[in-house]
Amino acid sequence: MENSKTKKYKAPLSHLLNPGHSACAGCGMIIAARLLTDTIGSNSIMTGATGCSEVTTTQYPMSSFKIPWIHSLFENPSSLATGISAALKKQGKEDINVVAVGGDGATFDIGIGHLSGMWERGDNVLYVCYDNEAYQNTGYQTSGATPLNAYTTTAPAGKKSFGNPTRKKDMIKIALAHHVPYVATATVGYPLDFVAKVKRSLTIKGPKYIQVYVPCVPGWGSEPKDTVNIGKLAFSTGYYPIVEYVNGQLSGKMKINKKEPIEKFLTLQKRFKHLFKDEAGKKEIAKWQAMCDSNIQEFGLM
Amino acid sequence: MKKILEGSRAIAETIKNIGVDVVSCYPITPQTHIVEDLAKFKADGEADYEYVRAESEFAAMSILVGASAAGARTYTATSSQGLLLMTEVLYNVAGMRLPIVMTDANRAISAPINIWNDQQDAVTVRDAGWIMLYGENNQEVCDLHVLAYKIAEACQIPVMVNLDGFVLTHTLETIEIIDSKSIKKYLPAFKPSEKLDPKDPLTFGAFATPKHYMEIRQELHDDVVASKKMIAKEMTSFKKYFGRKLSLVDYYGDKSADTVVVAMGSVLGTIKDAIDELKKSGKKVGVLKVSSLRPFPAEEIIKEIGNKKNVIVIDKSLSLGEEGILAGELKRSFYGNSKATITSVIMGLGGRDITKEMIKKAITQAGKSRNQAVFIGK
Repeated sequence: MENSKTKKYKAPLSHLLNPGHSACAGCGMIIAARLLTDTIGSNSIMTGATGCSEVTTTQYPMSSFKIPWIHSLFENPSSLATGISAALKKQGKEDINVVAVGGDGATFDIGIGHLSGMWERGDNVLYVCYDNEAYQNTGYQTSGATPLNAYTTTAPAGKKSFGNPTRKKDMIKIALAHHVPYVATATVGYPLDFVAKVKRSLTIKGPKYIQVYVPCVPGWGSEPKDTVNIGKLAFSTGYYPIVEYVNGQLSGKMKINKKEPIEKFLTLQKRFKHLFKDEAGKKEIAKWQAMCDSNIQEFGLM
Repeated sequence: MKKILEGSRAIAETIKNIGVDVVSCYPITPQTHIVEDLAKFKADGEADYEYVRAESEFAAMSILVGASAAGARTYTATSSQGLLLMTEVLYNVAGMRLPIVMTDANRAISAPINIWNDQQDAVTVRDAGWIMLYGENNQEVCDLHVLAYKIAEACQIPVMVNLDGFVLTHTLETIEIIDSKSIKKYLPAFKPSEKLDPKDPLTFGAFATPKHYMEIRQELHDDVVASKKMIAKEMTSFKKYFGRKLSLVDYYGDKSADTVVVAMGSVLGTIKDAIDELKKSGKKVGVLKVSSLRPFPAEEIIKEIGNKKNVIVIDKSLSLGEEGILAGELKRSFYGNSKATITSVIMGLGGRDITKEMIKKAITQAGKSRNQAVFIGK
């Protein structure tokens, strides 16, 4: 019943990924997902891996998507995309964009074999990895994308641990080793850059890989208001170079105007809190700074 | 036209004539000749399906999920470890109601690694929600593939056609391959009611909470149950179109026999030869062929042999620690419906040849009631 106190909410269905989803306030993934979906447009088919991007958007009998969307399992959005491409080829509908998405667990770990197969076959698919650096949907466990020292529930910090003991797997180099014609990183800290990359990638035939950095509020122990800020700091500290490769050549990179110390990035996230307790933690932070400096040098970011 | 063909080649020619849109494959012995033949047809311009080489069986089945959801008629073939590797996808395919058809060249499961025939592979995915058909010879296997697409697309349930690896896949037999024109008359073009289409954007593979999950699973269960009628109807229709008989169960031998042997697949030929010999020496034994493991034709089996005294079930698979899979199915079905004594006999594991003498030995187990399987390997 409508009265002066209850106004019927009119959902702004101007997007192709619409409100009503259950992503957290400040979720980096859902920002990237909406930007991606709106950019690829309605003449697209999307496949998704199991994880937050699926659970939050498509709870039966509802769906936030206004484009055809399919989820099968954790590890196979790339294979699904291959199959869709093959079907569209047979039907003479190759003008439709086929886009696969997965979190870093689906991409770096459990689905890497399938992604490798898709890249190697040269299928005409854009694959976007929402990189939030752990299995956040299942409760913050370490994945191949988890950085050094991050506190995760399977690599917790403690008296004898500084958290995750290994560094992040370099998926960009793995993609380049497959001769993927378009490879890029992006961050929700710079949404226009991400949108521009999605657009550019769709002009290239063959496989495309974009890895977008998406802060996770509950997993990282950050504030919703800081999502974009952390996305920017990941870049401006040198930790997460924002680069683009076309046909294996570094064709674009975002330049750092003002280099920020890594502490500024780390202190906004409770997953790194244990590094600020004592002298031993300082040594770990020094490793981070060295990693950032090395990135800045390798890619010429300044 | 009748031709002398290897089983695998005959299946490949049938798939080509069916007019599938997307084939995705990964090689595994003894399935390889099927996917090689399909690749060659494509290479020679004799077929116009998309042939997608997958990096694993898991990928092959996943690729078909995408293709089928996008409205393509799809096919793959596998065996043994390959089937087990794609298990997660098999459950998913059935749950998503995708009418994918797959051949399984039945083979033993590791360890020890063994590439030869038994039927352990397919029974491990018995509960995935697929329709599972078994052919006795290559003619029947080819015919079952044509039938499989009709059933899969009508019921929106995937179908697995099983044949014994090597025993059938690598054996040359005289086979009539149904031509594409005749298949077109029998099998209408694949037009799914829902598919991935930007003009009508739908969400596939949604997340179901406890509020909805159970009803969705029950609906699949009910439809697998109901598919039995459809299979029986289509088998009758198949005979009208092509003149050859297909049936859920088929009795062979003296109807008055009080002992009957039940089995699936190519071993039925050997069993029939063995009981023909026994008949000459005055012993009456019947044989019942079972052509579908899911849906299980329990009523049809009871109707044929429920009044028998002794039932011997020959399985090339078992639930370790228990008994043969088909034997267990019969016991469950017979409970309260028949007084027959059911004996589970395990034979032919890992490619061990099954001889007529072994079958006769199995028949001597008639009436010996136990709760454990009897192994006969010599």
